[in-house]
Amino acid sequence: MNSGALASNLFNALSLGSILLLIALGLAITFGLMRVINMAHGEFIMAGAYATYVTQNFFQSKFPNFIGWYLIASIPFAFCVAALLGWLLEATVIRRLYGRPLDTLLATWGVSLILQQLARTIFGSLGVNVQSPAWLGGNWKLGESLVVPHERVFIMAVALGCLAGMGIFLYYSQVGRRIQAVMQNRDMASCLGISTRKVDALAFSVGSGLAGIAGCALTMLSSIDSNVGTKYIIDSFMVVVLGGVGSLAGAVAGALGMGVLNTVWEYETTASLGRVLTFVCVILFLQWKPQGLVATRSRALD
Amino acid sequence: MVITALLLAPLLLSDFRLGLLGRFLAYAILALGLDLIWGYTGILSLGHGVYFGLGAYCAAMYLKLEATGGKLPEFMGYSGIEQLPFFWQPFRFAWLAFPLAMIVPAALAAMLGYFAFRSRIKGVFFSILSQALALVMVTLFLSQIGLIGGTNGITNFKTIFGHDINDSATQRAFYFLTVATLALTYVLCRWLVHGRFGKLLLAIRDAENRVRFTGYDPVGFKVFVYAISAALAGLAGVLFVLQVGLITPTEMDVPHSIRMVLWVALGGRATLIGPILGTLLVNFGENALSESYPAMWSLMMGVAFLACILFMPRGLMGLVNDANRWIKNRRERSSSTRIAEKSVTSHATTETIENSVV
Repeated sequence: MNSGALASNLFNALSLGSILLLIALGLAITFGLMRVINMAHGEFIMAGAYATYVTQNFFQSKFPNFIGWYLIASIPFAFCVAALLGWLLEATVIRRLYGRPLDTLLATWGVSLILQQLARTIFGSLGVNVQSPAWLGGNWKLGESLVVPHERVFIMAVALGCLAGMGIFLYYSQVGRRIQAVMQNRDMASCLGISTRKVDALAFSVGSGLAGIAGCALTMLSSIDSNVGTKYIIDSFMVVVLGGVGSLAGAVAGALGMGVLNTVWEYETTASLGRVLTFVCVILFLQWKPQGLVATRSRALD
Repeated sequence: MVITALLLAPLLLSDFRLGLLGRFLAYAILALGLDLIWGYTGILSLGHGVYFGLGAYCAAMYLKLEATGGKLPEFMGYSGIEQLPFFWQPFRFAWLAFPLAMIVPAALAAMLGYFAFRSRIKGVFFSILSQALALVMVTLFLSQIGLIGGTNGITNFKTIFGHDINDSATQRAFYFLTVATLALTYVLCRWLVHGRFGKLLLAIRDAENRVRFTGYDPVGFKVFVYAISAALAGLAGVLFVLQVGLITPTEMDVPHSIRMVLWVALGGRATLIGPILGTLLVNFGENALSESYPAMWSLMMGVAFLACILFMPRGLMGLVNDANRWIKNRRERSSSTRIAEKSVTSHATTETIENSVV
């Protein structure tokens, strides 16, 4: 690898890593807190993407002069839509399946099928396009082989922003600290007067809302159809497994790890063989650290 | 009774319907294997399509080579491959190809299982890994157009052991073969789960640590049962290819793999009749609905999944068992009413004695 290839590979790894990080941040919270895999997380991404599409259309018809700003407006909107969906899912399905993680996985898979079908009914099965605003259209040429599109940089910035936001929320706000307390020791937190039910609902909505923001960012990479969430979701689950559960550092480490592994193997071999090798690497890595890169210390057996 | 019905089916059903039934019975073999690891051992595999697909590809490669008379399959020619790749070589021989259709999936499962279970990856973590395996394998198979046919998969078979594969007599023979294999699989699973081994599987599902403390090493058992389950999936794949005459990577895909779990969940996990019932029900339902309303079917699947997990986690067999128990209780109650009336007097005396003791 010469220096040009190295730089472009590094950029690709960071770019992929930032997308995975955006998705995995939400998972880190929902999975870290309740130990449930939400298979509908991909469909929350889809909901966020469609929310962006709706915002764009709204701006086009009502405020054509401010069309450049729709993307900024769509971020909170996408967050709210996905968070609302997450809150509904938690209240109706996940709460009833507490302590049955595998069943939750399957039930949320059912939800994801329903949401996909709903999206196809509402928006049609053909993909819809979101036009990136003009100020994101260009790119920077850094050196011979490295062209950095503004859209990718924007996604990285959004990922970093979400990471910082989550960090402040989880580690410095009162609600965030409650979430942490429940993550670390549910029974003790409950004894100390924290309503674990409310914390569950809140954390789940926040985690789902982050999926919405991820969806908003993904609109800049491809057209949106009902499968937009499924493309990255399995890799994001792998990020959680690789990074370890229950901390933001784990999510970051896992996302970067998956980004680098995927990019490097893809460069060295082919796209499909690269995925096989990445998978093998993750499995082998787990032999060394079964709990992931950043393990939370616990004396509990399970 | 069920066996008789299945054996009589060729007389009653058209060739098309019989083909469907045969295909679904092949799926039922896979469902039994899935039930072994999920229902009994508590390991949820979301990648069983891979093992099914590997078995199917093994059989398909043999059939393809028989069709071309040992020459290169046509899709290799298009991609400029001039020599039969090394991994196709064993599939020139039936005695190697068909055992390999079970050995290859079992070996892959044993490998993944060994690495995962020995580092104590379990629950949803294992499910994620198995799902990732499915994704990775499908991507790999899709990309290898020259070597294994890519998106189109392997198809256009002509003969098997000299018989025309599309002939209705041959297809009928495959149907009976499937019924026999399913019956044998059922017996095997029954033998496995009734007895010490089965008890151990349930113990691993319910309290793995306690099993460990009692002096067993669960890793070996888990790997073993996972490999068995994969081998059964491979077997199902062989029977599928014989009857359908086509295998594509779609059959291995993640959604299809998770659909297989629904068959077991709906029928009733940790029962042996349930998965067979669930497989037939879901697939015939899919067949009936998806022809006329393809959109409805996807929605129905989602609702079925949700309803099944939320409201009847023990599946249809759970309902059947409940109904049985209810009928039995009623019958016992009505027959025991008279006895109960007679015993009231004696009951009263015991009560007075108890009172006096207090």
